[in-house]
Formats: sequence, C-alpha cells, structure tokens
Amino acid sequence: MNNIFVYCESEQGVVADVSLELCTKARKLANQLKCKLEAVVIGTRLKGVEKQLFPFGVDVVHIAEGDALEPYTTLPHTAILVKLFQEEKPQIALMGATVIGRDLGPRVSSALHSGLTADCTSLEIGDHEEKKSNTVYKNLLYQIRPAFGGNIIATIINPDCRPQMATVREGVMKKEVFSETHKGEVKNIDVSKYVTPQDLVVKVLERHTEKSKVNIKTSPIIVSGGYGVGSREGFQQLFELASVIGAEVGASRAAVDAGFADHDRQIGQTGVTVRPKLYIACGISGQVQHTAGMQESSMIISINNDPEAPINKIADYVILGDVSDVVAKMIKYYKKNSK
Amino acid sequence: MKGLKIIVLAKQVPDTRNVGKDAMKADGTVNRAALPAIFNPEDLNALEQALRVKDQIPGATVSILTMGPGRAAEIIREGLFRGADNGYLLTDRAFAGSDTLATSYALACAIKALGGADLIICGRQAIDGDTAQVGPQVAEKLGLPQITYAEEVLEVTTKSVKVRRRLDNGVETVEGALPMLITVNGSAAPCRPRNAYLLQKYKRAVTVTERQEASNDYIELYHDRPYLNIVEMGVKDIDARLEDLGLPGSPTKVKKIENVVFQTKEAKILGPSDANIEGLMIELLSNHTLG
Ligand SMILES: Cc1cc2nc3c(=O)[nH]c(=O)nc-3n(C[C@H](O)[C@H](O)[C@H](O)COP(=O)(O)OP(=O)(O)OC[C@H]3O[C@@H](n4cnc5c(N)ncnc54)[C@H](O)[C@@H]3O)c2cc1C
Repeated sequence: MNNIFVYCESEQGVVADVSLELCTKARKLANQLKCKLEAVVIGTRLKGVEKQLFPFGVDVVHIAEGDALEPYTTLPHTAILVKLFQEEKPQIALMGATVIGRDLGPRVSSALHSGLTADCTSLEIGDHEEKKSNTVYKNLLYQIRPAFGGNIIATIINPDCRPQMATVREGVMKKEVFSETHKGEVKNIDVSKYVTPQDLVVKVLERHTEKSKVNIKTSPIIVSGGYGVGSREGFQQLFELASVIGAEVGASRAAVDAGFADHDRQIGQTGVTVRPKLYIACGISGQVQHTAGMQESSMIISINNDPEAPINKIADYVILGDVSDVVAKMIKYYKKNSK
Repeated sequence: MKGLKIIVLAKQVPDTRNVGKDAMKADGTVNRAALPAIFNPEDLNALEQALRVKDQIPGATVSILTMGPGRAAEIIREGLFRGADNGYLLTDRAFAGSDTLATSYALACAIKALGGADLIICGRQAIDGDTAQVGPQVAEKLGLPQITYAEEVLEVTTKSVKVRRRLDNGVETVEGALPMLITVNGSAAPCRPRNAYLLQKYKRAVTVTERQEASNDYIELYHDRPYLNIVEMGVKDIDARLEDLGLPGSPTKVKKIENVVFQTKEAKILGPSDANIEGLMIELLSNHTLG
C-alpha cells in the first residue's frame, strides 16, 4: 500500500521510453520513501512485458490485456486506473506528458479528486510546513515545472490529496537500468471487472503514425553551431551534447551552406525563429540575420574564440575558447553533476 | 427537431507568447501588467470548430462559457463578433485561487446549470498554464466521453461525431456518440475573423455589472434586445459545493516560485578552464535552466 505507481504506455507489447524514464526516476523516489515501485501496463500482446520493466526496479507489474484496450482510448484506461488506485491507494502516480498521458492523467485526477501537475521538469521529495494550521507534511512530492511561458519555475505540492500525480515529457528524465537481476511480481487485472461496455463508446477508425522530424521550434534548449564548428564531424559533438542535456541542434546559414548541418536546422531570418529557454551558440559570429532568429532566447551562451564576436554582445555568458574543447567539457561536467 | 447545443469553454489569458526581455522586470520577474489580455489561442481554434458544426446542423447554437474576472466578458464579445449566439460569464470571489481541478468542477456545475450540452468544445490548453487538464477534468465530472487534441470535426450528426486528432507521432480518426467533450489543438484551422454585421449587432453586449458601471444612455436597448445581455453567473447560480471551489477546492498548492531568467547587464566572460565550465554547469543545473 501507498506505493509509487507508473502508468506505462505500450505499443504492441513494447513499453515506451518515456515510461521507462519515469520508472528510473520513480525507483529513486521509492528508495527515498522506502516504498515499492509498481507499474501498470494496459494494452495487447503483453505476455512477458514484465521482463522489460523489472530491470528498471519495478517491484509489481499490473497487467491489463485486451483487444479493446489498444489502440488507446480514454475511458477504458481511465476506468482501470481509477479503480486500481482506489484499491491500492498509491501515494504517487506518474505518467508521460504525451498525448496519451495528458488525455488520461486529468481524467483520473478528476475522478479521484487528486492534484495533478503537468509537464514537470523535476521531481523531488521534501517536507512542507503549513504555517496557518501549524501542520508539517513529511515526504511530499515536489512537482517542479516551468510556468508562465517558461519564465518562472514553480514548485507544486499536494499536501492532502492522494495520489500525488504528475506528468513528465519524454527525454526529461534519464532512462537507466536499475539492476539486470531485479525481479518483481506480476498481477493480472481481470479487465471485465474494471471496464464496462459503455467505456468503449469512442472507436478508433484509422491511424497513421510516422517517425518524428526535427523540431527545433519547440525545443526549450538549443545547441546551435556555426562555421566555427569546422566540419560535419564537429557537429556530431554538438549532437552528443544535445542528447545529453535534452536539446535540439540548430545551425547558422554559413554552417548549412558549408554542408555541416541540414537546412531544416537553420536558424535566422531565412531559417526558423526560436525562443528557447537556453541557446548555446557554438562558433557563431552573430550576424544580424542570425540573431534575428534567436535573440529572444531567455538565456544565451556563446562559445567563441574571438572576444569581439558580435554575438557576445547579446550573450549572457561568453566562454572564450575552442568549440570542441569547451563542448567536451560541458558534456563531461553535465554528466558529473546531474543526478 | 431540437437543435444541437454546443458550449465552447474559453479563457482570457495574458499573452505569454511574446514575453521578451522587455516584459521582464529588473528583478527578473514577469511584468504581468505589461502583457495584453487575449482570447486563449486554442480556444479560438475550438470556437471555429463549433461554428463549423453550427454551419452544418440547422438550429445548432453556440454558447461561450468563460470563468474569470469581470473583464473576461471581453472574450465573450469577441466570440459573439465571430459568430457565437450567446455567452455566460462565470465570476465569483469564491473561484479565486482555483487550480485546474477546482476550475473544472465550477465549469462542470455551470454546464449542468445551463441544462447540459450535446457538444462541449474547448482549446487543448491555455497559454498561461499549458496544463491541458481542464477539458478532460470537466468531461470526467460530467461523465462524458472525450476526444482530445482534435484537429478537425470531420462529420457530425445530432447523434455522433467523427474527429481527426493529433498524436505524438501521427494522426488518427475516431468516432463517438454524443454528448461528447472535444479539446482542439492549435494545429486546427484558425478562427474566422470578426464579422462586420455581428460587430454592429453585438458591440453593446455587456454583463449586468458592466451595464451598471456604464452610463444609462442605452437602458431600453437591453430590454428590447435581450441578446445584448451577457449572462453573469455566480456560485449561487450553479449549485456548487463551496468546499470544492477556489483555494479550498484545489488539491495542488504552489509551494515556491523561482525566476528562471536573471538579467546580466553585461555578459559574464569565462575562460575555458575545467573549473569555469564545471561551475557554469552546476549553476545552470541548480537554477533549472538545465536538467
Ligand atoms: C539575405 C540574407 C539572409 C540570411 N539569412 C541567414 C539566416 O537565416 N541564418 C543565418 O545564420 N545566417 C543568415 N545569413 C548569413 C549571415 O549574414 C552570416 O553570414 C552567417 O550567419 C554567418 O554564420 P557563422 O556565424 O556560422 O559564420 P562566421 O561569420 O564565419 O562566424 C564563425 C565564428 O566562429 C568563430 N570560430 C571559428 N573557429 C572557432 C573555434 N575553433 N572555436 C570557437 N569559435 C570559433 C569565429 O570567431 C566566428 O565568430 C543571411 C544573409 C543574408 C544576406
């Protein structure tokens, strides 16, 4: 009882990365709280699915299998989670901030009258003192997220209602195997006891999915390279930094023209305009046609070996040095210091 | 045949999309007063889908329901100029401090008080919170099925809808019976512009409060043209439990607010030493710029 639950998305029996990332994080929270980590998987072809989850430290896997449960529709998944949570009384419930998680999470929280915080960027455990009533709440989930167009960071808590629910976007948490030998328990859900025929009123008639394309426009962090990156191989290092810190890679026109990066990554007057939270300009001089597309970034870091480069004037931080040397150190020290 | 009843849920929001460095105060906080109040963009996409349904189904009506302070009546007028039939402003001190759950409870009670609807259409999310929670939470409170992330209502009858909706990596077409709640994605068609005739017709549409604050020049107008009255509703009109509204009805509490942006007037210049770069990474992690 009072464990941490992660709702795991799956397609044809394969658990989504975002769910494994959440399990990784939830395992750490469970250790801190000294409770168990339980996962819920709802869909088809789920035989053996627990083998994908145990290595991430999951102690109990609840499996609800049925043809009517995939592709996802709102009501049957809601019905299962709501009843399961009523029975199991989790203290924390997490799901991906995906189209599915953002469809399902609010339904479940509304049914259970529990608080839900969307798109958290960090989850921590901490205490809270309610001064007015002189009550101390121990071990709450701090749900940390940007608010107000990304300009402030809010820490949200749910002192009284359970479960404390949160959604997290893909790529925000790190996916890390907890232990290859970790073993847990499987509990099969009798779907007929949870889902009624009325829950099946919405039918999926047709579905087209494709691989996602580059999306620098919506990325909160952009690592952008210019002519000073020197080569396509140099850009590989920027991709590495980007994947480590959860960013997209952009480029100047000079870098695109030189063939270091593809055109769909060009930022500026004749490329895309971006307003990320953080823009890391690597070997970019900062001509106005480039800065037109990125000057509204909340924070700009320039890595350049020329102290007089124009971009330095609009930067918040300037690192005077060679791109490949500085980027390598960023990767190293990010890894060292991020939990 | 009774016409289809459509309620559009809409919100007035500060325009956070263009919070440039000039909308930030010296201490790094957002200057809310400097931001214009607008019709939440995706709620306009929702209004357009509602108006298209109305165009197709004879006798269908589109009502706008918004919860907010008195000045939120502005977006109801905006909706009337674009083709909505009427509007309801849900406003009461008891709603102050509502999180998404308390908001959805109030909206659900208001919808019930209005006799329900065949279709409830709202934007996917509001730009001042980006939570995408209120739509599904209202649906749950009303016991209705939902279709979120809708891009287009493809077919509609008085009994069912067929909708194309956006997925993380594609699209799907779904169908369901009415009544139904739909949330509309920003990738849907933009809302039609104001209509010159409707602008004339509704330019004096006001709430009771606004009427009392203004001069009495047009008092008879509101008697002769009832459509100019934007209905104001408070707690007493919606049969809601006080303990489930506003701050007391909100399970989530804000513990702390931190500013992400800290203005450095001049760039901080660092050499490429290990210590400098490690220091910077630690700083960016601890102020949540990274991680
Ligand atoms: C009509 C028009 C439209 C344009 N549209 C765009 C646009 O949309 N986007 C765009 O980006 N440009 C655009 N441009 C081009 C723009 O004017 C610049 O030419 C271009 O942005 C320069 O790219 P850059 O900064 O990568 O290259 P450069 O100007 O060559 O700068 C390279 C920088 O890298 C630094 N550097 C070199 N080696 C290293 C190293 N080893 N370590 C660290 N730093 C190093 C140098 O000091 C220099 O600052 C447009 C131009 C025109 C005329």
